[in-house]
Amino acid sequence: MKSVCLYFQVHQPFRLRTYRFFDIGKHHHYFDDYANRFLMQQVAGKCYLPANKVLMDLIMKYGKDFKVSFSISGTALDQFEVFAPDVLESFRVLAETGNVEFLAETHAHSLAALKSRNEFNRQVTYHSNRIKSLFGQTPTTFRNTELVYSNDIGDAVYDMGYQTMITEGAKHVLGRESPNRMYCSASSPELKLLLKNFQLSDDIAFRFSNQNWSEWPLTPEKYVGWLKDQKQDDEVVNLFMDYETFGEHQWAETGIFDFLKGFPAMLLENTNIKFTTPSELANTLTPHLPVNIPDPISWADEERDLTAWLGNEMQKEAFTKVYSIENKLNKINDPGLYYIWQYLQTSDHFYYMCTKWFSDGAVHRYFNPYSSPYEAFINYMNVLSDFITKVDSHYDSFIC
Amino acid sequence: MKVLMFGWEFPPHISGGLGTASYGLSRALLKTGMEILFVVPKAYGDEEPGNIRLVNASQVAVNATDEAFKDHWDQISFLEVDSALMPYATEEDYIMISEQFRPGSQPEKPERNTHTYTFFGGYGKNLWEEVQRYALVASQIANQHDFDIIHAHDWLTYPAGIEAKRISGSPLVVHIHATEFDRSGAQVNQRIFDTEKNGMETADMVIAVSNRTRNTVINRYGIDPAKVVTIHNGVEAIGNGKPLRVKKHVKEKIVTFLGRVTYQKGPEYFIEAAYKVLQKDPDVRFVMAGSGDLLSKMIRRVAALGIATRFHFTGFLKNEEVEQLFGMSDVYVMPSVSEPFGISPLEAMRSNVPVIISRQSGVAEVINHAVKVDYWDIDALADAIHALIHYPSLQNTSVGFGKEEVNNIRWDDAGIKVREVYEQLVHKLLSNKTGR
Repeated sequence: MKSVCLYFQVHQPFRLRTYRFFDIGKHHHYFDDYANRFLMQQVAGKCYLPANKVLMDLIMKYGKDFKVSFSISGTALDQFEVFAPDVLESFRVLAETGNVEFLAETHAHSLAALKSRNEFNRQVTYHSNRIKSLFGQTPTTFRNTELVYSNDIGDAVYDMGYQTMITEGAKHVLGRESPNRMYCSASSPELKLLLKNFQLSDDIAFRFSNQNWSEWPLTPEKYVGWLKDQKQDDEVVNLFMDYETFGEHQWAETGIFDFLKGFPAMLLENTNIKFTTPSELANTLTPHLPVNIPDPISWADEERDLTAWLGNEMQKEAFTKVYSIENKLNKINDPGLYYIWQYLQTSDHFYYMCTKWFSDGAVHRYFNPYSSPYEAFINYMNVLSDFITKVDSHYDSFIC
Repeated sequence: MKVLMFGWEFPPHISGGLGTASYGLSRALLKTGMEILFVVPKAYGDEEPGNIRLVNASQVAVNATDEAFKDHWDQISFLEVDSALMPYATEEDYIMISEQFRPGSQPEKPERNTHTYTFFGGYGKNLWEEVQRYALVASQIANQHDFDIIHAHDWLTYPAGIEAKRISGSPLVVHIHATEFDRSGAQVNQRIFDTEKNGMETADMVIAVSNRTRNTVINRYGIDPAKVVTIHNGVEAIGNGKPLRVKKHVKEKIVTFLGRVTYQKGPEYFIEAAYKVLQKDPDVRFVMAGSGDLLSKMIRRVAALGIATRFHFTGFLKNEEVEQLFGMSDVYVMPSVSEPFGISPLEAMRSNVPVIISRQSGVAEVINHAVKVDYWDIDALADAIHALIHYPSLQNTSVGFGKEEVNNIRWDDAGIKVREVYEQLVHKLLSNKTGR
């Protein structure tokens, strides 16, 4: 085992305010500014700022030996700018060290890849330009929302010029192969694929504070031991997780920050394993095997499929409806309307409508501002109905 | 194991959840091998009890001259119950009550030596007296029959249950389908409260139909949490498995409220929400099915809002009419202010009707695939109604999953849990007797 690739996902959606059907046509104020500001500032204080500080300290101490990657959604960047500029600044400082790679993703943290190649490309390009202007680097690695990947999506990403993409090391794709190798797309073989080691990633992201877990408490010693125990010919352990793991999903009291400090230090001081980034891996490793993924996979739940966002009829209706106005919006070409449309595409809205969480664990519940998927759907559809009406009336005056 | 069960209603003569629940539970208990002796104040002759042994209290002779009863008899008070105390009253009852009190017809004055007493049944003006007489009959029944356990449903039967326990020494289970707080809100009738509390205190175990009700029992009646257990109600599977679809003769969507038109059921919230929906979409019809003390007030409110051409009152509906109404409904709403359980949303779901239920209901504890709102949140209620009418996938998703869900809420499961309660109590009694 030669290296560890740490990638953290940073994302906050624009949550909707309670929008009743009798608001339709009356006003077009969709987003819950109070909740979005409150939550952003809360997560900034509990997670982003202290976690960035830990990473900065590690970089100061270990220099080039410690590296890390981020993918920050456009909706999170937009909210940093308005609600928490100090967080954006601390990411900039991290970027300046040269030890941090920023990945490209869809601006709106959307599932556009599944619906519209045109919109997908547009959002990725927008996001990439944004990263360039904020952090001074043009991303060469792409990560799709929720790590959703299929051959088709790989082709689209390759066509946009990316050399590497990251996705889930789903069991049903890998079979007995190890996720700790470089792979490539079966349909676009020049696109390299890095696959998440979900076992070791979830040990931190989901199990760290679970006292019923047989491995609790998870210490840096134990974890570094597991990393060393990976197979001899393994090249890289990809630890991909939400950045909010640190301080938000796993509270500071659980010792998660000590762990974030402790395990890289121990790894660097006691082993020959190095920290690396996706683009470095793309330049040094050759693909072990192509992977063929005709049906989209994701990083969610046991099934690693799309059912958390597009599983039930409500999710499908909402998803279909929101993309039904794409052509009109493109013709109108109104930046204000387009921006709102992007925010309505954010995958979280569909996640809130998931009916699986009644049986499938507390993870869904944790992220959900609604008490039921039915409530989430009703509210979203009210907003969308108003927005569609607005787009229609703009469109009508546009073609006249 | 033999169970002596005291109820107040038996199908088809039921006014609401109490009759449905005690019958559904009895049938489930039969399946677990229990024998049930089910006592009702009045049998009408058209009941179909199956293997349940139905005992008509009106035909049980009580020898009131017997010294054993004398003390008890002297303590019975005969008070008229004024109409506000008839929380369950249906239209059927109202008609009977009003006939009973036509000028010149005096309520029967109790005679101590009466051998049998024909109960009025239902919830008449001398309900209080009937509750006491029922207890008297209960002691007679307890003397005449062998049984291992006594089970009493709601406060009307608690004095009977207590009496049977006194005579036989068998353990008593009281079953809380509703408390006085649910029925009357802040206007609690002290006498009923005392009867409930006494029943709960005397009981060896209290069964509540929801956690919500269990909390009321513990917090408002001060009952030891250790002896209060929640056992949720079930719902009968539909006979032929296929819900009735009835052809509508109006093109509009139909939104239905079904239940007693009383404080507890929150009918006014339904009307206010209907008004909000109709402001935006006049192509909807609202139906309020049921009767109760707030009915005329509700009719006046609908008229005042000017929505009477879109809002319809049916009065009390019989079973098959209820099925028909479900068959025509596009949305079912239960906006109860305080609902210990609430079986009717389950019946609606079983009929493929999507439901909106108040969070202040016990059934909300067992149902995921319904839209839930706070009863007072008229905006949310109106919004949910509008959404179920206008967003087809909402209806399809909630009906699809809801059907599956409701099929898993079975009386059989409740029966097994109640049986476990019985077994514990009987076991405890045996160990006490043998000194272990």
